[in-house]
Amino acid sequence: MTIDVTMPALSPTMEVGTLAKWHVKPGDLLKSGDIIAEIETDKATMEVEAVDEGTVAELLVAEGTENVPVGAVIMRLDGEGEASPKAAPAPNPTPSPSREREGSSSTPAAAPAPPAQPTPLPPAGGAGGGPSGSRTIATPLARRVAEQQGIDLSAIKGTGPNNRIIRADVDAAITSPPKVSGAGEDERRAERGPGEGAPVPTPAPTAPPAPKPAAPPPTTDIPHTLEKLGPVRKVIARRLTEAKQTVPHIYLTLDVELDALLKLRADLNKALEPRGVKLSVNDLVIKALALALRQVPKCNVSFAGDNLLVYDRADISVAVAAPSGLITPIINGADTKSVSVISSEMKALAEKARAGKLQPHEYQGGTASLSNLGMFGIKQFDAVINPPQAMILAVGAGEKRAVVKGDALAIATVMTITGSFDHRAIDGADGAALMGAVKGLIESPLGLVA
Amino acid sequence: MTHDLLILGSGPGGYVAAIRASQLGLKVAIIERERLGGICLNWGCIPTKALLRTSEIYHYITHADAYGLSVEKPSFDLKKVTDRSRKVAAQLNSGVKSLMKKHKIEVIEGQGRLTSATSIAVTTASGTRDLSAKNIIIATGARARDLPGVEADGNRIWTYRHAMVPPAMPTRLLVIGSGAIGVEFASFYSDMGAKVTVVEMLDRILPVEDADVSAHVQKALTKQGMAIITGAKVSDVSPGPDGVTATITTADGKAATEHYSHVIVAIGILPNTQDIGLEALNIATNRGHITTDPMCQTNVPGLYAIGDVTGPPWLAHKASHEGIIAVEHIAGGHPHAMDVGLIPGCTYARPQVASIGLTEAKAKAAGHTVRVGKFPFIGNGKAIALGEAEGFVKTVFDATTGQLLGAHMVGAEVTELIQGYAIAMGLETTEAELMHTIFPHPTLSEMMHESVLDAYGRAIHF
Repeated sequence: MTIDVTMPALSPTMEVGTLAKWHVKPGDLLKSGDIIAEIETDKATMEVEAVDEGTVAELLVAEGTENVPVGAVIMRLDGEGEASPKAAPAPNPTPSPSREREGSSSTPAAAPAPPAQPTPLPPAGGAGGGPSGSRTIATPLARRVAEQQGIDLSAIKGTGPNNRIIRADVDAAITSPPKVSGAGEDERRAERGPGEGAPVPTPAPTAPPAPKPAAPPPTTDIPHTLEKLGPVRKVIARRLTEAKQTVPHIYLTLDVELDALLKLRADLNKALEPRGVKLSVNDLVIKALALALRQVPKCNVSFAGDNLLVYDRADISVAVAAPSGLITPIINGADTKSVSVISSEMKALAEKARAGKLQPHEYQGGTASLSNLGMFGIKQFDAVINPPQAMILAVGAGEKRAVVKGDALAIATVMTITGSFDHRAIDGADGAALMGAVKGLIESPLGLVA
Repeated sequence: MTHDLLILGSGPGGYVAAIRASQLGLKVAIIERERLGGICLNWGCIPTKALLRTSEIYHYITHADAYGLSVEKPSFDLKKVTDRSRKVAAQLNSGVKSLMKKHKIEVIEGQGRLTSATSIAVTTASGTRDLSAKNIIIATGARARDLPGVEADGNRIWTYRHAMVPPAMPTRLLVIGSGAIGVEFASFYSDMGAKVTVVEMLDRILPVEDADVSAHVQKALTKQGMAIITGAKVSDVSPGPDGVTATITTADGKAATEHYSHVIVAIGILPNTQDIGLEALNIATNRGHITTDPMCQTNVPGLYAIGDVTGPPWLAHKASHEGIIAVEHIAGGHPHAMDVGLIPGCTYARPQVASIGLTEAKAKAAGHTVRVGKFPFIGNGKAIALGEAEGFVKTVFDATTGQLLGAHMVGAEVTELIQGYAIAMGLETTEAELMHTIFPHPTLSEMMHESVLDAYGRAIHF
């Protein structure tokens, strides 16, 4: 019997995925648990394991194909015995989108459920679109110039001997960006590094509409290069545009004195040194925000149409600059975790984020966010809310400033923090209460370790 | 139409085009007023290489002691030397004849003249023949340029052609012009014992080569006993019964009149565009050379031109390559246009010179940030074993992309080495592939590797 293996939903928000790499080829005998493919989702690259046993009959989606809808058949197995025709697994349980007030589960659901109907996908690369696709033939010089200029070789038509891509072709592509090739065009794929998007647009009938560019495609005579957006960048663009267009932001700014917190941190670090823990200011601010959210529960919410989700736990999404773009790993239950636990978790998550190895449950969810640009010397900024969350705290640099204490000038280490709040869910006064709570916890920091 | 294709001129452009046309099934005729093979193999590349081989061996014999050999009173017979050169030319001429026969190419001996864009009238020994074809390739080549007011009569004042069959051995030779032809004859006659003076109008000899190469060759030739005068003009060349007097005026205005036994005029060439009917066709030219597009088409539909008649570089291999392009285009193919930056050039003096691509100065002028590698012969084991420890291999890379922009070599056998870089450049390799290439030991070619390594501060043996 034939078993259809479909594009799995690897995260609750996943709608489409890129088939980054096949680990099997027709004729391979699969056992349950074998890695069959690598799928690139909007945030990470994940390996997909086989649940069914059988022989690989056909790979229906070429390596590198983008925007393969969840549920689309990607592979056919000739089953052995009584293997059940079940789709490939989703490695983590999909949380119910209509979660009630329960503190147990982790993620507030966001996106609509993935399309239920498996959608057959026309194989990429024309007839017989197997995995052993063509490789891009290019001269070493063409490859190097393309790499230096960020040009996707697979989008270039070669004019050298045997249609090899030569330097002149790359130069031409730099001066006049190639038009996107339609179906039926001679398709060639590059040997790509991980994390890069596949170059060949594949017609995917049920793929969600791509975010419409706000501006027409740029046509310019100014010397430039064209860089294809990776999946992460695309998600950032889509979600932040959505946030700014649909969420009415209010911004509340406060100055916070840091000296007490810095002293506490120094003392703690001295004490924690034997355990190899070194707290950062940011770790303490995570804790402060989490506790403040618990103190002002009106700010630990999500706006959900006719409802308001009021969270009983503070999960803090922390913005991390990864090579592929901004990503926000989460410290779950930061309100109840000790600062040393927060510190070591944060360290591990940031490393994984930079390596592109975060699992969806590590970055999806969160009840509020924190973004700290203080290390870059930024004094103050307004962050964009990460829906469905309703607030984000933007943290500036701590610096010595002149402050008035009583009637005298004094020097204090001060940092400016700005909260962005979803005004549909949170009023200014509530936001101000949260900001006050954060300030109080930072300026009298013993509460952070109580 | 009598033919599919007519080719006017049978030099290395014309005869190669004819063979390719035959391979592609075209009915082709080639028209030659003199000898099959043109200047190249009758009066140019090949017979001069025969002469230079003689002078090279003679040089080794007169320096045999350096190799532990004793040769008593070496001498030569000039007539035998030139006879050998002529025999070599004759052998190749008959070789081309048999190639024409093998490919069933009709060879018409006579003076051809275009009567329209599709027809040629050929004046042969037995009368006039009218030929016609849809396509015509003009491959009439070039001839030596005269020095104004000086007639190269072949007695005391020679062109390359006279210099190849000298009536007598020069004792004091003046060579006017220091391009490849001038320097090759200077080298030949100097090695054969003449006292040679080379005068160049520009500020260095072999002016198309990299400045380092020019400087090295000038030094080497001077060391061999030649007088090299650059930035100078020659005037008042007047032949007398026992030689020629000529006035050489240097850049500082000083003029000196000297006496020479013979003079070779090698100041460049002129395209052969006269008396072949081009005027009536309104064919476009640039400084006398026929203007062509990348497929070798002239402005007259159906009419192609290749080789020296279309302009520099005036090299046989350029003509042959253009011949292939033109014929394949005529046959409906889509040949790749010639990249003039990838035409190697060779000068067979002692020392030899070979180069391809941009000189360091031209690369910089073109806006490249360059990485330059240079490796001397003295660092190469084979060169030392050969007793040829002078010269160098210079490579010029674009610092950003690692593109090999040019290579410039001077020294023993470099003319046989340059093709390696030509292949590398044609395949668009970068320094990385060249570094990864394994060069055999012991060979002179190892210097090509070392020069690349040197450009990146990684040379091993120097």
